[in-house]
Amino acid sequence: MKKPLLDQFTSGLFALPALILFAIFSIYPFFKVFQLSLVDWDGISPLMRFVGLDNFIDVFTRNTAWWISIRNVSVITLLALTLQNGLALALAWVVDRGVKAGNIYRVIFFIPPILSGIVVGLIWNWIFDGNYGLLNHALTHIGLADYARAWLADPKTALYAVAVIHMWKGFGWGFIIFLAGLQGISRELYESAQIDGANEWNTFWKITVPLLTPVFIMVSILTILGTMQIYDLIASTTGGGPGFNTEVPMTRIVAVMLGSGRLGYACSMGLVFGLILMALSMVQMRVGKWLERE
Amino acid sequence: MKNPWEMAVRRRLRSVAVHTLLVSVAITCLFPLAWMVVSAMKTQETIFSDMSLWPTSPQWHNFVEAWTRGAFGMFFFNSLFYTIAVVTGVLVVSSLAAYAFAKLDFPLKKVFFYMLLATMMIPVPGAFIALYVLIMKLKTGTMGALDQLSSLGILAPQASQMFEPWLMRILYVLPQVNGGLALGVFLLKTFFEKIPRDLEDAATVDGCNKFQVFWNVALPLARPAIAVLAIFTTLGVWNEYLLAMLILGEKSLMPLQRGLMVFQGAHLTNYPLLMAGMTISVVPILIVYIVMQKHIISGIMAGALKA
Repeated sequence: MKKPLLDQFTSGLFALPALILFAIFSIYPFFKVFQLSLVDWDGISPLMRFVGLDNFIDVFTRNTAWWISIRNVSVITLLALTLQNGLALALAWVVDRGVKAGNIYRVIFFIPPILSGIVVGLIWNWIFDGNYGLLNHALTHIGLADYARAWLADPKTALYAVAVIHMWKGFGWGFIIFLAGLQGISRELYESAQIDGANEWNTFWKITVPLLTPVFIMVSILTILGTMQIYDLIASTTGGGPGFNTEVPMTRIVAVMLGSGRLGYACSMGLVFGLILMALSMVQMRVGKWLERE
Repeated sequence: MKNPWEMAVRRRLRSVAVHTLLVSVAITCLFPLAWMVVSAMKTQETIFSDMSLWPTSPQWHNFVEAWTRGAFGMFFFNSLFYTIAVVTGVLVVSSLAAYAFAKLDFPLKKVFFYMLLATMMIPVPGAFIALYVLIMKLKTGTMGALDQLSSLGILAPQASQMFEPWLMRILYVLPQVNGGLALGVFLLKTFFEKIPRDLEDAATVDGCNKFQVFWNVALPLARPAIAVLAIFTTLGVWNEYLLAMLILGEKSLMPLQRGLMVFQGAHLTNYPLLMAGMTISVVPILIVYIVMQKHIISGIMAGALKA
């Protein structure tokens, strides 16, 4: 039954504030990015020069810094996918199998994720500092002074140091989600496996892993999207340096936008990046569907 | 059958290994934070040499100095204001909209809902550039209009200058309210949908209008979901940096995260005060987390299971 018009109108009023905000701050910027990506514009001058697809062509053919940043963030993402999520899964597994005070670990492991990227970066800046850093201090103390270095300023280690900070901040997310998935698996399955004489390793591979596939996919997508778009952590630690060693796409976009004042070009970088992210999550979902069928 | 002795020893060993792993990870999580707090209480002279876990003479006044001279008190109140404003905005706007999407009927309802869904699914990492352009446009537009009104004698001559900081605050808050809407609408919509029709019909029979049904029946029932939404919005706003960096150039408007970056840029080596400022920014969020951790963790777990 169709409601009377006046009734529909007053119902619409409920959604109106949300729709107005949404139109101004989501829809308008969404389309504006596409428009700006086609122009050469510094953000201030009234002059906006239409350049067609030149910005995109430049991103793909001449912008080496951009592709270095993609490579860097891919390294961090791969480390997060394997080490960070591996650790998260291992911890969730042992907590799920029952340990004393499991709840306390749950609370503690989720502390790093609630901190801001800025604070986390500033804390670790100091741990990794070349002159006064805690890590170097500890290394010297145990006789490994030769390995001491400015971890975040040394081109050999900077990217990995940033990755370590990122993983420290992020593993709690995976842990909580994996734990939720594990707790959703019926205890009876484990018990009957035990009766059949399966050891833990077999139980893990034959029961846990297949049942956890959807959770794996979700954690992977969240890890990829979250890691690829890191910004605060880099801004508060290396700022992209030394050289381009820790540049990531977001720092490049901001640098082009504020540093070089090329807003249109920055928008085209953002769109290319958005496409990459979308492609990645679609591949992930395909892989997930395929795994589930197997 | 295995020797029961051997079984017991193996179980014991396994438990030791598991606890060693868990405790060492827990320490790794907590130690940097503890180190931050302890370092905040050292002096500029001792901070690089004194590696003790508790300083011999804790400099409590560092916190006072960070609060006043380091301007972290001001940053703190700015953050508090932004957080309260955004959370209030998100709760009001998204609960109204979620109720409309769940229970009411209005033109183009489906279209609007899928548009909201799409913005959650499609990542546009460049959107913040357009948002920045838009905010600057809204700023100059509003200031221009105010100046015009002043020149016509309708407003006092200083009106536009007096209004400018508030305009920037509003322009920092509104996009974040919008940013919280998608999560809010989804969370609350599923909650409202579970409320039985009869309950609302009974209220309508008693003479409640639509808004009263929403306010008196639906909203109180959605309290758990509202708590989850409020907490996650709080975490997001308190930790926000990028937008603040882009649009809040005036020190008196900066929230904590921005203030921290500015402070460390200006006093690169004043570690004790920087650590004190960081402590000031972490403590409130840590308190919120510890008080609300049940809601936070169960919120994520419920969300994870649903997806």
